[in-house]
Amino acid sequence: MSARDRILAKLNAAPVLPKAEPDVASWYETHRSQESAADKASRFRSCIELAHAEVYSVTSASWLQKLWEVLSAKQIGKLLVAPGTPHGRQAIDELSPSGIECQGYDAPIEDWKEEMFHDIPASLTSARCAIAETGTLVLWPDADEPRLMSLVPPVHIVLLDASSIHNTFYEVMQREGWANGLPTNALLISGPSKTADIQVTLAYGAHGPKELVVLLIGDEA
Amino acid sequence: MSEHNLNFMPTEGFRARAKDVVENPFLRQSFRGAMDFLITKRAAQFPSPEELETLRTLGEQIRQYNLGKLPALLLQLEKNLIRNGIQVHWAETPDEANAIILGICKAHSAKLMVKGKSMVSEEIELNHACEAAGIDAMESDMGEYIVQLAGEKPSHIIMPAIHKTKEEIARLFNEKVPGVDYTDNVDELIQIGRRVLREKFLVADIGLSGVNMAVAETGTLCLVENEGNGRLSTTAPPVHIAITGIEKVVEKLAHVPPLLSLLTRSATGQNISTYFNMISGPRQPGEKDGPTEVHLVLLDNGRTQAYADEQLRKTLQCIRCGACMNHCPVYTRIGGHAYGTTYPGPIGKIISPHLLGLEATANMASASSMCGACGEVCPVKIPIPELLMRLREESYSAPHANPAMRGQGAGYSRLITSVWRGWAAVYRSPALYGVVTWLGSRFGRLMPSRQGAWTSVRVPLRPAPKRLRDMLKERG
Repeated sequence: MSARDRILAKLNAAPVLPKAEPDVASWYETHRSQESAADKASRFRSCIELAHAEVYSVTSASWLQKLWEVLSAKQIGKLLVAPGTPHGRQAIDELSPSGIECQGYDAPIEDWKEEMFHDIPASLTSARCAIAETGTLVLWPDADEPRLMSLVPPVHIVLLDASSIHNTFYEVMQREGWANGLPTNALLISGPSKTADIQVTLAYGAHGPKELVVLLIGDEA
Repeated sequence: MSEHNLNFMPTEGFRARAKDVVENPFLRQSFRGAMDFLITKRAAQFPSPEELETLRTLGEQIRQYNLGKLPALLLQLEKNLIRNGIQVHWAETPDEANAIILGICKAHSAKLMVKGKSMVSEEIELNHACEAAGIDAMESDMGEYIVQLAGEKPSHIIMPAIHKTKEEIARLFNEKVPGVDYTDNVDELIQIGRRVLREKFLVADIGLSGVNMAVAETGTLCLVENEGNGRLSTTAPPVHIAITGIEKVVEKLAHVPPLLSLLTRSATGQNISTYFNMISGPRQPGEKDGPTEVHLVLLDNGRTQAYADEQLRKTLQCIRCGACMNHCPVYTRIGGHAYGTTYPGPIGKIISPHLLGLEATANMASASSMCGACGEVCPVKIPIPELLMRLREESYSAPHANPAMRGQGAGYSRLITSVWRGWAAVYRSPALYGVVTWLGSRFGRLMPSRQGAWTSVRVPLRPAPKRLRDMLKERG
């Protein structure tokens, strides 16, 4: 008998104690209100700012200008972008002439891992949506915008459409039907990386990005 | 008896280790300060008692519902993980789990493993197994990294290096990390750790992690963390191995948000952790990063024993937030190392007897003042004080056939049991009580002056020369 069979046999020999299915939906209905778009945007913003992210309100016409300003202020001359996405393409087209080297993530990581870890100061990705309750960005990395983009570069810049902010994590997964299929990696990101492992003193920039910048498109607030 | 005599006996030396900490003002301050900090932060996250109470009830219902269907959910999880391309392994014992992990390492000729924080990997002593097999297993959580550099073990399940001051860590880095000067600036210390470990993430062959929740319906492994080392461990190396106890499975994705909220708010007083990492498969064709192989090791190690008993099964509701230890007056005074087990504090006292047997943990459940704080703060309402009483019963009752637990009766002493039986008999019978107290008042002076633990810090107990009932009679 394999370990699997033995474990399952022991569990199946135990008394069956069926319990009613928990009613998650009604807890959220009673305890979390549905906020207006403006309220959600401002709640999202204050929560993620509390976690040390920088947030800038932009429009679909002005975000590239703001991005350039942010990079200039931080004295960053190189940006990792996803050439297969519209925003990545736009960044390449418009930032390159103004002196920002836009490098595309266009090869498997094995071909340039060393460079990714040592030589990429910042990256630009989009967020799929966000969560107001906790100030959380939702990212679904894919073939165009791979997982490490939001993790290895010390500065991570995220484009977020304010109209895609939901009230709660529960609402996101229900409205988007996550139970029907998830990508290889789905991520909730709620600030730059941090730790309080030394004498409970909070320090930012543990292993992931040291800085997280959100460009919030169409924030009416 | 033979095999257990050879085992590591955690409760042996408990008193001595506890005494060391109690008498060390620096350690006392480290733990007191950190626990006060965590208690305050948690309280701030739950401003509404009604919200807290209903959310705890929901958390309890979710955990009990899923445990009620555990065998079916494990099969569903396995099926969906395999469909997603994640390989599933089952291990009954720590040795089996280590053999599976080392087997995967060997298949890839692995030299370096980077580890995200995993208490289950501590439970199976994976680092020792790797060392013996010539594989460098490197902890990457800042706290775990510090503890590993110091050659120690975690003293808290969420904050592994909480027993160390920044000055101690500064000296440790100065001594052990090449080219590092002494600095007790916390930001600088963290940047040193970041620099060292980035180079490891870059070249590691294997990334190892734990799992906070495994979702059966989608075949998804969920990890909670703040540092990004968990994401790096599960994303940068070509192979990712996750290990978890069999109890961590939930049926539905919808069960995740309430548990996540309870976990981060109870553990560190954060409304959410920096990262919530949901892994549903290895790198797919066309994807440019992520591990090309993902494995999950499902570990039993005594959990099926807890599962077999309705009351003890509640132990498995645990989501490992650590709130019970943060609020425990015993843990706060003696710290995590005194227990001698992987999991310290109240949760350690109720889970360790299943992992190690009562032979090795006979007295653990007695290291409690029964104040009930652990049960009150538990986000999934595990009745920890009740379970401590049950474990005392299992440990100190006379050995009998078909016990619910391995090592039942390990703490049994015929003498002590007889004394308590006598005590109970005296208190049940007014006549006997009268005789015994009369004898006590007449011959109290014959009480020994050394009365074990009692007289180590107190004057001896002596019955009063006159009983209360005699004094009342005299007053008329």
